[in-house]
Amino acid sequence: MSPRWARSRDTGGGRRLLARHPLARFLLRRTATAVLLAIGVTLVTFVLTNLVPGDPAAANLGQRAIGDPAIVAQWRHANGLDKPLPVQYVTYLGNLLQGDLGESQQSHQSVLTDLSTAVPATLELAGAAIVVSLVVGVAFGVVAALRRDRFTDQLLRVISLLGVSVPTFWLALLAFYIFFYRLGWAPGSGRLDPGTTAPPHVTGLYTVDAALAGQWPVFWNAVGHLALPALVLTAYTVGLLTRFTRSAVLEVLNQDYVRAARAKGLPGRTVLFQYVLRAALVPVVTVAGLAFGALLSGTVLVESIFAWPGLGAYAYRSATTLDLPAVMGVGLVVGLVYLTVNLAVDVLYGVIDPRVRVQ
Amino acid sequence: MKRSPEGAVKRRSEGAAKFSLLRRLPPAWRRPLAVTGGLVAVFWLLIVVAAPLLAPHDPLAQNLPRLAAPGAGHWFGTDELGRDVLSRVLYGARVSIPLALLLVAMSLLVGGVLGACAGFFGRWVDETVMRIADLVFAFPTVILAMVVAAALGASLQNAVLAVLVVSWPSYARVTRGLVMGLRNREFVLSGRLLGFSAWRSLRVDILPNVLGPLLVLATLDIGTATLLLSGLSFLGLGAKPPTAEWGAMVADGTQQFDKWWIGVFPGLAILTVVLAFNFLGDTLRDALDPGTARTLGAEKERVA
Repeated sequence: MSPRWARSRDTGGGRRLLARHPLARFLLRRTATAVLLAIGVTLVTFVLTNLVPGDPAAANLGQRAIGDPAIVAQWRHANGLDKPLPVQYVTYLGNLLQGDLGESQQSHQSVLTDLSTAVPATLELAGAAIVVSLVVGVAFGVVAALRRDRFTDQLLRVISLLGVSVPTFWLALLAFYIFFYRLGWAPGSGRLDPGTTAPPHVTGLYTVDAALAGQWPVFWNAVGHLALPALVLTAYTVGLLTRFTRSAVLEVLNQDYVRAARAKGLPGRTVLFQYVLRAALVPVVTVAGLAFGALLSGTVLVESIFAWPGLGAYAYRSATTLDLPAVMGVGLVVGLVYLTVNLAVDVLYGVIDPRVRVQ
Repeated sequence: MKRSPEGAVKRRSEGAAKFSLLRRLPPAWRRPLAVTGGLVAVFWLLIVVAAPLLAPHDPLAQNLPRLAAPGAGHWFGTDELGRDVLSRVLYGARVSIPLALLLVAMSLLVGGVLGACAGFFGRWVDETVMRIADLVFAFPTVILAMVVAAALGASLQNAVLAVLVVSWPSYARVTRGLVMGLRNREFVLSGRLLGFSAWRSLRVDILPNVLGPLLVLATLDIGTATLLLSGLSFLGLGAKPPTAEWGAMVADGTQQFDKWWIGVFPGLAILTVVLAFNFLGDTLRDALDPGTARTLGAEKERVA
């Protein structure tokens, strides 16, 4: 399957000039896509939050203030909401170009400040989850394919279907109840025990920062807090990756060159890792990119239960209060993550599959 | 995977052949997963119909002891307002299942029509529809659905609309691909030459050929729809408080997480419904030829 952006519209005049160098074309197209996506994401959020019945003033001001037209008008003026919509949008885009995402109406901080703490928290969670999912999912998928239609395959099929069927928020609640409340194995909610100071800020990922600073007690504390929510998040992606790896491996196993490799007596392990797995990984990598998107969705639900101060919790808070700058900020970050993941997927294609490089 | 017209046509026609065979060949449905899924789905559909007869209590009445553990008289326990959890779970089926089916039908309709237009007319129609679809794909579903639901105001109808906004593009993509493969085939072209309007071509020549795979995709999607809807309700963006809705009930459970029965039973209900439809969908996917099955699968997972 060709990457989604490879199919997207070519970007006008620059193409003729730069068409000769594939890398330049690739980068140009990517940049243009990023700009288009930023405009699209902000426009969608803008239109959605403005043209619908919900009123940001009503969501942000108290019951009594709403009754006073003067206060409402003043609040609207202070937030630039009294200007015509196109003016508001252009102002926002102008500020965006200068790296200003506006001020959150809820936290009264700049959205950039809010995001700079929320994004690493979520990346740590989603990153841990995707690594675990890839390892477990690919292993499950390969085993299922090799044991096709036998008991192990059936078992793994049920497990993977369970994984994609279980409501994440319910699994989070169940895990919290069992491992925290009943067994006491897991620490409570949040990213660290109360009273533990966060490690010096380098990456914003507490585990990495603590390891870099050599603060091992903090490191283990952070790992403990990370483990349960990350494992809950893996349920869906493990299911997804298992199913896709299985079908990808099955397809490759039937290829002539695999049969040829077996026939000439190569050891099973060589055939599996160098002939089968490498070819099967191409579709798996695509799905892994999609799975990362699913993980970001999952964080909205999981973060609320584990009181994880990440992007999902921030998105929820700003969406429910119609905090326009914050919602657009979240949209932009998510769009950016999406583009980055897609880019990583495309680069990985080249690494895994030499045929892509030739093209 | 390239969507060359020939390839799509070939895959498509094989798919159609297998699909019509499927109806005549029950063995595909004799597999344990399909049987389990089918039984559980029928079980829940019966509950949708018969909830008032089966429920021991009024799902909204607050006349039982509060926070009672499961036991005689209230097998699933009671919640913080003294309502019977079992009755609420049973009545919850009347909320979640019909809404999920309605949602899938609406996505199928909206995505199918837009995708068919994109595939049939091409050019700017195609560009417009597919770029909007790309944009929706760039957002994680829950976050976009959440923004839409929050903007529209918390209610079940708006939650359905919000999920519709994020779920139509996968149908549009699949339909577009299928229609593009059919558009230039002889039987469609000869119809056009005989003076069929575009609408008549789409309805008479193309619709019967794309309906099968689209229905498979829809079956696969019922589980996802249920999960998304209950997720929105869990976040407080769907069902309003007194309504017995499973996601909202799990949210009640998080407020009283030491009383496990409040959240566990409604969650199990969601799990079994979604699992049943995924079992069925998985069987359907396997029953179709690998090419079609894989295309559909890839599109479906994008939704999730």
